[in-house]
Amino acid sequence: MDFDFSDEQRMLKESVEQLITDRYTFEQRKQYMKEPAGYSRDMWERYAEMGLLGLPFDEKHGGVGGGAVETMIVMEAFGRGLTLEPYLATVVMAGGLINQGGSDAQKNALLPKIADGSLLMAYAHSEAQSRYDLADVATTAKRDADGWILDGEKSFVAHGNCADKLVVSARIAGERKSPEGIALFVVDTKAPGVSRKSYETQDGQRAAQIKLSGVKVSSNDAIGDPGKALSLIRTMADRTLAAVGAEAVGAMGAAHEVTIEYLRTRKQFGVAIGSFQVLQHRAVDILVALEQARSMALYATMMANDPDPAERSKAISAATIQIRRSGKFVGQQVVQLHGGIGMTLEYKIGHYFKRLTAMESLLGDTDHHLAALARAGGLIAAGA
Amino acid sequence: MELRYTPDEIQFRDEVRAFFRTAQPAHIRRKMELGQRLAKEDIVDWQRILNAKGWAVPSWPVEWGGTGWGPVKTYIFKEEMQLAPAPDPLGFNVSMVGPVLIAFGSEAQKKHFLPKVANCDYWFCQGFSEPGAGSDLASLRTAAKRDGDHYIVNGQKIWTSRAQHADWMFCLVRTKTEGKPQTGISYLLIDVKTPGLTIRPIYTIDGEHHFNEVFFDNVKVPAENLVGEENKGWSYAKYLLGNERLGIARVGASKYRLQRAKQLAAGVYIGDIPLSETERFREKVAAVEVELKALEITQMRVVANSVHLPPGAPDPTSSILKLKGTELQQATTEILMEVAGPDAMIREQEHLWGTATEPSIGPEWTTTAAADYFYTRASSIYGGSNEIQKNVIAKRILEL
Repeated sequence: MDFDFSDEQRMLKESVEQLITDRYTFEQRKQYMKEPAGYSRDMWERYAEMGLLGLPFDEKHGGVGGGAVETMIVMEAFGRGLTLEPYLATVVMAGGLINQGGSDAQKNALLPKIADGSLLMAYAHSEAQSRYDLADVATTAKRDADGWILDGEKSFVAHGNCADKLVVSARIAGERKSPEGIALFVVDTKAPGVSRKSYETQDGQRAAQIKLSGVKVSSNDAIGDPGKALSLIRTMADRTLAAVGAEAVGAMGAAHEVTIEYLRTRKQFGVAIGSFQVLQHRAVDILVALEQARSMALYATMMANDPDPAERSKAISAATIQIRRSGKFVGQQVVQLHGGIGMTLEYKIGHYFKRLTAMESLLGDTDHHLAALARAGGLIAAGA
Repeated sequence: MELRYTPDEIQFRDEVRAFFRTAQPAHIRRKMELGQRLAKEDIVDWQRILNAKGWAVPSWPVEWGGTGWGPVKTYIFKEEMQLAPAPDPLGFNVSMVGPVLIAFGSEAQKKHFLPKVANCDYWFCQGFSEPGAGSDLASLRTAAKRDGDHYIVNGQKIWTSRAQHADWMFCLVRTKTEGKPQTGISYLLIDVKTPGLTIRPIYTIDGEHHFNEVFFDNVKVPAENLVGEENKGWSYAKYLLGNERLGIARVGASKYRLQRAKQLAAGVYIGDIPLSETERFREKVAAVEVELKALEITQMRVVANSVHLPPGAPDPTSSILKLKGTELQQATTEILMEVAGPDAMIREQEHLWGTATEPSIGPEWTTTAAADYFYTRASSIYGGSNEIQKNVIAKRILEL
């Protein structure tokens, strides 16, 4: 039992936090949001220089061989800055799938380009009807002479607006919700038949609806064994949830600090409002919610690579439930404690709330994970 | 960073677990499993078993009987004890008066009291709260006036837990009325058999006798029973706050209660379905399990972090443990009572004490559920109410 970072991890934490402090003030973020793809190209290059874009990949693929702890460190700092770059989509989700399940040829071709910042990717999975069921895939992949032909529509593709390539899930066999028969393909967004409708999300990020009409891919573009992709998808989803959990903790932590500072400095009735007991107790409730979430982000990180998929998924669901409940409470209450200024788009506090809210529906909401955990028997075995 | 225990820690855990399994008398284990009330001799017997093994006072310095385990092993020991489930050693002895004597007592006091405190030869109770001094403890008025070699104590204490069992009381008394209230308080050890000291029971909403009123009518206390310096008692009492925080969350005990609730719910039928199979029950329990896991890890963070702090330095995160820990103790007793359903409302105190000769009206396991639920409401009131804890956190951690 040990919660200490290694020297390398501590250095990573310091350097990423410093970068966010220096280059991701609220004012700078507003400028980044106005760039064509809705994020800072310059920051993306800095991430590449620092090795963040190859963080989880092997050195032979241009990466640095980091694990879940390194991802947690980076994501927490990104959460503090409310960063806009397509890190989760490119590195953790699409990159994660290739890294876990791709062939050597795919890894050699794609991972070094992700790591050096020249390739943006996104993961196209959800569909209008699927909500949070990872096995609900209606998009089809039909055998063609030298490959596959994809047809279907993908929703909520985070950073699908700017991705050069996508990892797309499609069904090669089985009923719509069957766990068998799902495949993953690397698809170029410029390929004939791919069209996308980009949009902004409530938290200032970008996403796209993606339509695939008779899109041809080669057999070499399949990731892993076609038809057997669901366990790969579940693994990636759990790792992504661990990463997003850390991001949420970063956002909550920053929002909490901003709020405490406001309570110390804002004066009403001739005194700092933080001298009022009712507000002090609320601030403590926020702290407790934050620390409970932080503990579960650590738990998720340490369980993200657990060899037993059932134990891993239970742990990730449990962490997600706590983090989302904490996130909702913290987000709502930091706005409340700021009063009117908390409602304005011009002030940063509301933006933490918006990001925390947007994260709630990523890969299953609280109710989804609570139902899953309850079905799986919970964390504690009956006994005695 | 590693959540799992090291091989050495696992070996230690297994050793502790095996000891609890073999050394705990069967009748005490049975009472613990059923949630029955322990008699004084149960607690004393168990503490003596622990003391014979050298495990009664793990956190004390080695020269006074401590084990020198360090925070992680001490944490494992306490968790395993709650999960066994075995009784906690007497907290007033082990976690309160012992550490104060070690830090501030005279050599003579240490030599006389510490071995008897560790072996439960002396049962201590705590004389802090008064009718007019609850959350505002520093306003206490029980007065001790110096008269030659003695103090003469007059006044009243209240909410004195288990004073009916006690041989001694560590007591905060007023020795000065001028200046800030905190600067006129002294820490006295009082033999409860001293003439002029009367104990009266207070029955709590679980129908039990946990608390007492204690009256002092010209009670003569030898001056050598003053701990440390006169008028410094407040700082000695405060020394314990934030110090002995491990185990305060009682995660192991809450975990044990959930294990039990889940097991018992499998035998309770809602129509044709066991309660344990209903979605509502499963989700309700799962939600509490999540919070408990989060608290367990928060507690592990505090333990792991304490390795880096100077000995005795409080960790701000630790104040969360009492707040959240008591909420979850309450939530788990509530779940267990709901599993028991209407049977929980049958009042059979002999079954609560484990002295019944007749079978219970409902299933035996249901006889303790309501008492536990009612009594556990006290957990967020005693030891500094949760509202006071929030004041402390707001001031010390958030600096508001």
